[in-house]
Amino acid sequence: MAWLFVAPTIALLLAINIFPLVWMIRLSFTSLNLSMSYLPLRFVGLDNFTDILTDEDVWFRLQTTAQFVIWSVALQVVIGYGLALLINRQFRGHSFWTTIILLPMMLSPAVVGNFWTLLLQPQIGPFNYVISLFTGVPPSSFSMTGQVSLAPWTIVLVDTWMWAPYVMLICLAGLRSIPDYIYEAAEVDRASAWRQFWSITLPMTVPFLMLAVLFRAIENFKMFDMVNLLTSGGPGSTTELVSITLKRAAFEKWRTGYSSALAIILFVTVFGAANIYVKALNKVKQR
Amino acid sequence: MRTFNWLRSSAATAVLGAALLGIFGGGEAAAQSKQLTLCWAAWDPANALVELGKDFTKQSGIEMKYEFVPWTSYADRFLNELNSHGKLCDLIIGDSQWIGGAAENKWYVKLNDFFDKEKISMDDFVPATVVGYSQWPKNSPNYWALPAMADAVGWTYRKDWFSRPEIQSAFKAKYGRDLVPPKTYDELKQIAEFFQGREIDGKKVYGAYIFTERGSEGITMGVTNVLYNYGFSYDNPKKSYQMQSFVNSADAVRGLEFYKQLYKCCTAPGMTNAYMQEGLDAFKSGQVAMQMNWFAFFPGLYKDPNVGGDKIGFFVNPAGPNGHFTQLGGQGISVVATSDRKDDALAYIKWFAQPAVQQKWWQLGGYSALKAVVDAPDFPKSAAFAPQFLESMGIVKDFWAEPSYAQLLLDMQKRVHDYVVADKGTAQQALDLLVKDWTKVFKEQGKQVASQ
Repeated sequence: MAWLFVAPTIALLLAINIFPLVWMIRLSFTSLNLSMSYLPLRFVGLDNFTDILTDEDVWFRLQTTAQFVIWSVALQVVIGYGLALLINRQFRGHSFWTTIILLPMMLSPAVVGNFWTLLLQPQIGPFNYVISLFTGVPPSSFSMTGQVSLAPWTIVLVDTWMWAPYVMLICLAGLRSIPDYIYEAAEVDRASAWRQFWSITLPMTVPFLMLAVLFRAIENFKMFDMVNLLTSGGPGSTTELVSITLKRAAFEKWRTGYSSALAIILFVTVFGAANIYVKALNKVKQR
Repeated sequence: MRTFNWLRSSAATAVLGAALLGIFGGGEAAAQSKQLTLCWAAWDPANALVELGKDFTKQSGIEMKYEFVPWTSYADRFLNELNSHGKLCDLIIGDSQWIGGAAENKWYVKLNDFFDKEKISMDDFVPATVVGYSQWPKNSPNYWALPAMADAVGWTYRKDWFSRPEIQSAFKAKYGRDLVPPKTYDELKQIAEFFQGREIDGKKVYGAYIFTERGSEGITMGVTNVLYNYGFSYDNPKKSYQMQSFVNSADAVRGLEFYKQLYKCCTAPGMTNAYMQEGLDAFKSGQVAMQMNWFAFFPGLYKDPNVGGDKIGFFVNPAGPNGHFTQLGGQGISVVATSDRKDDALAYIKWFAQPAVQQKWWQLGGYSALKAVVDAPDFPKSAAFAPQFLESMGIVKDFWAEPSYAQLLLDMQKRVHDYVVADKGTAQQALDLLVKDWTKVFKEQGKQVASQ
């Protein structure tokens, strides 16, 4: 009887998860190109994997992705944690400010990409004018999305603006889970606020921070929509994250075999890294 | 209780009746109203086509439904549809470069028998459009589309600025010649440099708008206008797919360097990822003196209350040191092989090919490729941009139309954008890498690629 109840779920899982995964693994060993489906399908063994792993461009894209993930997650953690510490205090307008801070993460990445494109427009966008106000640099003399030196930081900036509130929310849950009596005991012992932060607050919220890092790192590793709208991977290939490379290979170049192999490599990378990370997280929790 | 039962049975009868009416009535209505779905890009000429299509509905009783997709996702959306053998489109106005893949993959219905039966002759259409939009293999009598929308890259300029005495005299004093629309790319650059940063009516303006878009086809459709005229060719005319020393010849390198110089010296700030719409915005807002764009947009620009009419002028893509060509745009109309309404779709093509319909198409803002329309004596006077359009259609060149065109295009997008916008490497390196990329694509396609 139990099997009867879980059967629909299992069937659904097999149909929309397991079968496509197995099919993709099969395709990754073939030469299939959907724009030339009239060509005979050839089994190419590990050629697609070799091609990818020896392709300098793919390694550049992985480096770009890694830099984006590291910088954006690091900034989100610092800003998100800082905001959580502020919001954790009781003050007038507390609920209002919490809602305002949470607004960016409620928006769709497509909307965020589009309106930041306008904000960052060198001639009419207010962002350059604000920078100009503080630095004296003429607003139309630089382009945040069009210059090689600025574009990678722009995508980090926009992603941080959008997702730091999410990290804040997780950290806030962590901060609120610390029992008050621990702080009361620390005050009895005359521990300074700084000491309380380093000895109580931070250690007790580390598992929450690590969880936030895990969620954001996985999300940013597959980041596509916002970056695609902001820069299309440009200028040149400066902000071409590996997800954009994958999309181009699969749905613009139609190299199905090749892109299946790339998807598997990325999946294994994220899965492997996440597993190692979760083990570390469990160890931290056990301490 | 009885009242309740009566109400219940009445309600059931009403529901049953309504359902039956829905089934039979709906079926009858469906039989009466035939419908065709036409897929194309969302742009000005598509609106003209909707207007034109009303005549077809009036004559045939077939309703026309349209699926228009913005240019940035046009190829993605419809190639996906064709690849997956979808039934969304009965008719498709597909890009010229799709023809090879569409023919080889049998996405389109071959139209030779239909043309013979309906006495539609390809000799009646502008030759470049037949080769560009209909034939595969190229220059063979195998037709997969009817030329529907002739198009090419052309230029607009601010005629009102060019004609101002103070601007004319300043230009003459600086360059020793009159300020007139450029005939060569050197002249164009000179004019663009002249206008760059100049203040006109209290507003800072810029020299030229050129295509730089990275994601789809923009920068390639822009740079080829210069490359062709500097001596770039896709392969050896005597030996297909031999690209070494043709794609990356010294002349081609100079052409690519020139495009970068033009981008650096004379475009507005922030134009790092700009295509058709950004060009229209830049021109309409009075930001640029000259704009590269497709002829398809020129009727709309001419009607613009701020920059149209007497204020706008048009010129053909300027010549380079080694030739005079322009990039072909435009599309042919095809019947999708998986459509369930092929006969109706063919009826639409038969109707669309008629000279009277083609004439109206041009009048509404579409670009006819029918010789009877464009070779008519009054055609050059029929629109301000008609003479330039005619001249351009005589000098067009197109990008690869191979089944692997998407790969070839994306490779060129990357290499050119890397060099022009992202300052990565030299022009020689960019084109050498392009030859390497394209060689790999053709080899995967099973083509023999000679290196020398």
